Parts: sequence; structure tokens; C-alpha cells
Amino acid sequence: MANIFEIRNLCGWFGDHQVLKNIRMEIAKFSVTSVMGPSGCGKSTFIRCLNRMHDLTPGFRMSGEILLDDVNIASDRVDPVNLRRRVGMVFQQPNPFPRMSVFENVAVGLKLNGKKMSRGELADAVERSLNMAALWNEVRDHLDRPGISLSGGQQQRLCIARALAVEPEVLLMDEPCSALDPVSTAKIEELIEDLSEKYTIVVVTHNMQQAARISDNVAFFLLGELIEMDKSGKIFTNPSDKRTEEYITGRFG
Amino acid sequence: MVRNTGRNPKDKLFEGASAFFAFAVLALTALLFVVLLRESMQAIRDFGASFLYSRTWDPVVDQYGALPFIYGTLVSSFLAILMAVPLSLGAAIFINDFAPPWLKNPVAFLAELLAAIPSVIFGLWGIFVLVPLLRDGFMKPVSKYLGWIPLFEGPAYGPSVLAASVLLAIMIVPFILSVSREVLATVPQRQKEAVLSLGGTRWEMIRIVVGQHCIPGIFGATVLGLGRALGETMAVTMVIGNRPEIFYSFFQQGYSMAAVIANEFAEAGGLQLSSLILIGLLLFLVTFVVNLASQWMLSRMVKNASRGI
Ligand SMILES: Nc1ncnc2c1ncn2[C@@H]1O[C@H](COP(=O)(O)OP(=O)(O)OP(=O)(O)O)[C@@H](O)[C@H]1O
Ligand SMILES: [Mg+2]
Repeated sequence: MANIFEIRNLCGWFGDHQVLKNIRMEIAKFSVTSVMGPSGCGKSTFIRCLNRMHDLTPGFRMSGEILLDDVNIASDRVDPVNLRRRVGMVFQQPNPFPRMSVFENVAVGLKLNGKKMSRGELADAVERSLNMAALWNEVRDHLDRPGISLSGGQQQRLCIARALAVEPEVLLMDEPCSALDPVSTAKIEELIEDLSEKYTIVVVTHNMQQAARISDNVAFFLLGELIEMDKSGKIFTNPSDKRTEEYITGRFG
Repeated sequence: MVRNTGRNPKDKLFEGASAFFAFAVLALTALLFVVLLRESMQAIRDFGASFLYSRTWDPVVDQYGALPFIYGTLVSSFLAILMAVPLSLGAAIFINDFAPPWLKNPVAFLAELLAAIPSVIFGLWGIFVLVPLLRDGFMKPVSKYLGWIPLFEGPAYGPSVLAASVLLAIMIVPFILSVSREVLATVPQRQKEAVLSLGGTRWEMIRIVVGQHCIPGIFGATVLGLGRALGETMAVTMVIGNRPEIFYSFFQQGYSMAAVIANEFAEAGGLQLSSLILIGLLLFLVTFVVNLASQWMLSRMVKNASRGI
């Protein structure tokens, strides 16, 4: 299948601390890629490069190429605002806007950049997004309640709906379940599987069972390097690199 | 089991001392109120409520009404707020979110240094710099072309309600700015990133997070600035013109509550003195209420921030 991302020699620094070292990676369209590795190995830093989220971090700098459909988005000439509409993001902590209702939380992205939609179009888009995020049935009767009145797991799905509403092609998720209970986690995992029909998903996770269940490919990072990336079946049964094996068998540091 | 029977005697002493000082502050405030009330009794008895709406201030016939002063204080303070809030908020946003790191601290430092300048210096600067500048650069051209608008009517003398308001605005900017910066800094990073991740521009990011998190705090900062502006004496006295009239043009001269006390207190006696003290009492009550309101609003915001709202 065609690759949506091709990453070449990506290096990243916070000040003079090099956090990403020569990452090369290909991400296939409509695949689910899990990014794994011990804490501090650069997983978050890596996926935040893919939507240029570091632009506002003082002192961060990167080199190399990140081709999104053959355009190098790491280049200064690419407008990060347009890029982020194509590459959405879900964060570790659910972060709905506190003074917005459920409806407004989902609709907020559709009103950015001076875009205007009729009330009806907006309502359709909100329903569609909530449906995709498997939240519609739970909130359809109280769309005007504050987004933060929902449970943690519902809030996270609300944030997924909010990201989906702007119709991105890629969804980046940084440990989307780490703040959630097992039931909510299972719901989000199921959701990721469904979404992968239409979206390319890159998800950071510490949970190996989860990675094995949801992903097509797994990338294993260590100290800022991509040690190996392969089909998830291969990584968990027969990894090529000894360090990957040590990590997944729990013998690692 | 260890029982906490006797506390450390030093602790006890410290507790007692702080309780004493806290009580002393309350007692002083109450005493101030009582003294103001007693000394203004004569004016209250003679004029009653008409003191609030009478426009005559005439020592010759011993008739006193505070309306021109109340009006002048309120209008100049509100005008000052109207100018200072957008300026401070813009500066706070610039310093927090846009200024390059090397510019950040110097700008913030200079802005807050303004707060330490004695108000008589502001007054002098007002007389020698601001008033001529406003007169020649703004009032004259405006009254020439827009003089038919009542707000800009009248000759452009210089000392005026406008000059007082601009000067007040400059004086309260540091306070509103520093509170606004604190308020903006309470916005969680993940909320800003949420807007960016949806394809928002930096400007949209600020608009949304300010709307979501900062409105009560900015309101508190505004009221704090209002409290300052209402009570400011020296600088206003020096540029407002000191004419006890109900003006309708910003180019006219006015008077303020604090200014009339400062100007007339030394030579006043009898009913005039009592009337001045009554103005003082009114000013005390207004600033007290305004400051209380701002404290309450800011503390509520801090509470909300700690709950992640
Ligand atoms: N804003 C920042 N400024 C400076 N250094 C940073 C910053 N963010 C991350 N780092 C450093 O970069 C390295 C990689 O951090 P990163 O957050 O990418 O790790 P991670 O793999 O996501 O870890 P975790 O599993 O704990 O989330 C760490 O050494 C961290 O200290
Ligand atoms: Mg991380």
C-alpha cells in the first residue's frame, strides 16, 4: 500500500540535547502504527514532529525530512496551520474546552480560520463526528451540557470527535488511554480499529497487549533511535533486534 | 500514642502576634470609617441625600454638593479603564505569547517599573509633556474637524478630562498588565495545544483560551485598576483643570473627588471641611467596595484554575 509518511534522517534537539537520532520510517496509508519504548526515549517528541507541534517550543529544532504525500512538512515553507488540519492529534489527558458545551467542543475546529457553516451543516458534522467517535448515543440528549461534565473516557472520545470533525487524514494519539479505566480503554481501542478504515493512525502506547491488539505495525524506540519497525505479529513473536526482545519480554532496565 | 499537648511556645507567640496585627488592620479600617463618619456628620445633617446630586459648590454661600466631583471621578476613571484594559491585555498577550525571549523580560520589567513611579512625577510629566502633546497633536485637530460632535466640543485648552483619563490610564496599566499576565499564565499548555492541533492560528489559540479561562481574571484585573483610578489624587489634580462642572465634552475641564479634597482641605473649616470629609467618606466606601469585588473575583478565578476550569 502507498505510504502517507516517509521520514528520512529525522533528528530533533531540545537545546543541545539530541532527542531524536536519524529516524527513518515509512507509514502506510490507513495503517495503525504503534510507537513503543521506555519512558523518555523520544516517542512524544517524535509524533509531535509529524504535526509540527514543537513550533512553539522554545529551543526545539529538527533536521531531516518528513514527507507527507511527497511534500516535506519539516520545511519552514510549509504552513503548520494547514498541516495540522490534515494531521490531527489526541492528547494524553483529555482536554475539552471547559466553557464549551459538548456540541461546541466538537464544532470548534470547524469555525477556525474564518470558516462559516450553516447551523444545519454544523449540526450534521457534529453528529457525524460524535458517531465516528462512538459517543453519539451517550450524549445525543445533552449536547448543550459542558464538555467537562462527561466522564474521563467520554471526554477522551469527545476529544477524538473534535479532532475528527475537521476531517484530517492522519490521527496522532499520544498515550490516549493512559488516563482511562479498562472499560474506556477497550472502547477507544475498538474505536481505533474502526477508524483505521478511513484514517492513518499513529499511537504512542506503553501497553504491549494494546499495541498487539490494535496495530498493523510497531515501531520500537530506544534513546532517541528507531531500533526496529515491523508488522506487529513479527515484533511480538520474533523481533530482529535483541534490544526489542529484551524490552518486550520485560528484561529491560 | 503521642499527643500534641503543648505547642511550641514560640509558635504560640507568633500566632498571637499575627492575630494581633490582623485585628489591628481591621480595627484601623473601622476607626477610619468612624472618624470620617463623625467628622462629616454636620454635612450629612445639613444636606442629606441632596449632597449626592447637588451641583453647587460655593464656600461664599456655604452650600455644598458633590455631584461634579463624583461625576468627574467616575467618568475619568471609566475612560481610563476603557483605554487601559485593551492596552494592558494586548501588552500581556504580546509579552507572554509573541515577544522573542530577549525582549520579554525588559518589556515586562519596564512596564512594572511604571508602578513604582510616584504619582506627582506622573503629574509633572502630564503637565509638561502629555498635556501639550494632547493639545497640539490631538485636541486641536479633532476640535477643528470634529468639533461639532458634542464629545469633542469646546476650545482645546489642554488641561481636561481627556488629559486626566489618559494619564490615569498610563498609571494603571502596570497593575492591569501584571494581573493579566498572571491570569494568562494560568492557562494550561494542553488547552493551547488543543486549539493548535485543530488547525488554529496562534491568534485563534489566544482568542479561544482567553475566552475559556481568562474572562473572570481579566474582569478582576479591570476592577482592580478601577479601584486605583478612583482614588488617584495628585496626578489627576494636576491635569484635570479643577472646575466643578458637569462636563459633556472630554475636552472640557472637570474636577475629581480626591482632587477637591487635596486642593481645599488646608484652608477649609466648618461646614466646608465637613463636606470635604463627606466626599472622603464616599470615596472610601466606593474604593472599598470596588477593591473587595476585585479581590473576590480574582480569588474565585484562582480557585477555578486549581480545579482545572
Ligand atoms: N519541552 C522540552 N524541553 C526540553 N526537553 C524535553 C522537552 N520535552 C521532552 N524533553 C526531553 O526529551 C526526551 C524525550 O522526551 P519524550 O517526551 O519524547 O519521551 P517519551 O518517550 O514520550 O516518554 P514518556 O513515555 O515518558 O512519555 C526526554 O529526555 C525529555 O527530557
Ligand atoms: Mg510521552
